[in-house]
Amino acid sequence: MSHRAKTPHLGSALSCVDILVAVYWATLRIDPRNPRDRERDRFILSKGHAVSALYAALAYRGFFPVAQLETFNEAGSALAEQPSPACVAGLELATGSLGHGLSVGLGMAFAGRLAGLRHRVVVLMSDGECNEGSVWEAALLGASLKLGQVATIVDYNKWQATGRSNEIMALAPLREKWEAFGWSAYEVDGHDLKALVQVLDNVPDGSGKPVAVVAHTVKGKGVSFMEDDNNWHYRSPTAEEVRQARIELDLA
Amino acid sequence: MRDAFAAEITELATEDARLVLLSGDIGNRLFERYKQRHPDRFLNCGVAEANMISMAAGMALSGLRPVAYTIAPFVTTRCLEQIRVDLCYHNLPVVIVGVGAGLSYASLGGTHHACEDIALLRVLPNMSIVCPGDAMEVRLAIRAALGQERPIYIRLGKKGEPAVHERPPEFVIGKGIVLRQGSDVCLLSTGTVLPLALAAATRLERDGVSAQVVSFHTVKPLDERLLTDVAGRIPLVVTIEEHSVLGGLGGSVAEWLADGPSRGVRLLRIGTADEFMHGGGEQEHAREHFGLTAEKVAERTLATLGVIGRR
Repeated sequence: MSHRAKTPHLGSALSCVDILVAVYWATLRIDPRNPRDRERDRFILSKGHAVSALYAALAYRGFFPVAQLETFNEAGSALAEQPSPACVAGLELATGSLGHGLSVGLGMAFAGRLAGLRHRVVVLMSDGECNEGSVWEAALLGASLKLGQVATIVDYNKWQATGRSNEIMALAPLREKWEAFGWSAYEVDGHDLKALVQVLDNVPDGSGKPVAVVAHTVKGKGVSFMEDDNNWHYRSPTAEEVRQARIELDLA
Repeated sequence: MRDAFAAEITELATEDARLVLLSGDIGNRLFERYKQRHPDRFLNCGVAEANMISMAAGMALSGLRPVAYTIAPFVTTRCLEQIRVDLCYHNLPVVIVGVGAGLSYASLGGTHHACEDIALLRVLPNMSIVCPGDAMEVRLAIRAALGQERPIYIRLGKKGEPAVHERPPEFVIGKGIVLRQGSDVCLLSTGTVLPLALAAATRLERDGVSAQVVSFHTVKPLDERLLTDVAGRIPLVVTIEEHSVLGGLGGSVAEWLADGPSRGVRLLRIGTADEFMHGGGEQEHAREHFGLTAEKVAERTLATLGVIGRR
């Protein structure tokens, strides 16, 4: 998709593919035939720049035809480079500006609790996104509201747009920060599906606190020449690079 | 105005179980009755306006009708991007209520003056902006706002504003209320300066000038029908607002006039100047500083009429 559409952020998308697989194929109680079900679990991709990965997950999970992925970023396509409101079934929030998703998720969780529903809200954000002050506003209020049905996953690939996320802003120790903000905070390997599913299946975790999952990931995961190379925040692959990547991923 | 808001929102929450009131850590005693009646639908979001607005979006996406309330500059300018992306881009039915419009909190200094909020929110697609002229208009505006399926900003004064309407007028968002007919000048007032506009009209009458007065409570969408009627018969339109002369009601009417056919009507924009105000003093002092008094409005109107002549 990135090659055909010549779009950036491929490294950011690959970084969270395993998380999306865990969430969409194991955690979320959702029905692609009834995407507006009031009681569905909500998922917000707060790091909207990685939406190519979410589009793929939604398509393969049955929310819209897989063939539609080929229209990614074409003029007039529903699948824009960053998602617009309700552009496809299953897309809960238009994102792209960082630091919105968790707050919106809290609002959804509050509404669910008020209505006596048991649905959960999962928000995926990037580590760079934790630069935004609004994330910590949400962290403070989410804890005081004891919204235990909320889980936020931080895709902690240690890179943001122009450098190491721990050098640009003092992010570490990240799990401890969430804990200090009153969240039930976990640390997992963000490419270990079993570990991800285990921690997410346990939401709400009985502590009465919202859950934060710091998922250690590798930017550009799965393609040797992209892994942990921040050039892939902006680059899109050539045809030859796509061919090589396919071989590495057993898709050739 | 804020007491009228608190009373009306309490009633509305009784009528509509979807209504949730979010506060940015203000209005503690003000919402006592609301909180007694609807404790689970009151949420103090703390001094964190960005999160408050985005949360309201999440609630609206889940079928609730959130009303987000705090001091005008903080519920508009502070969280402008959350309003733009989460409310306007998604076109969600969230009511933003700002208290302390214009110079209401003059003595608290420039941080608390709200003289750019209309301009900033007006350019956002899907947004409506309503500035009620008295407590009765506040009640009608909040009720009408909750009947909308899109974002809206309601701009309140503080407390103790004089009542203008004796009985509830017909109130429709986007439709000005004519309070007084006239033929020489039309005073379009938005928000808390409405009594000032009426007083100016009385003064003008003494000088033999017939002034129409309109509570032009909705700045967006603009009441083009009313404007077309006025511009067709009255040679001078004066906009009065406790807001910058840039981008508010005056700016809106100027844009409308510039786009339309040549109407031979003159526009005089009265509001706060394009500057920050410094130093102490209450609202009355601040209004005087910016020429927002009935005397000054009448004086400038007469001067302009003197230049253009009467029809």
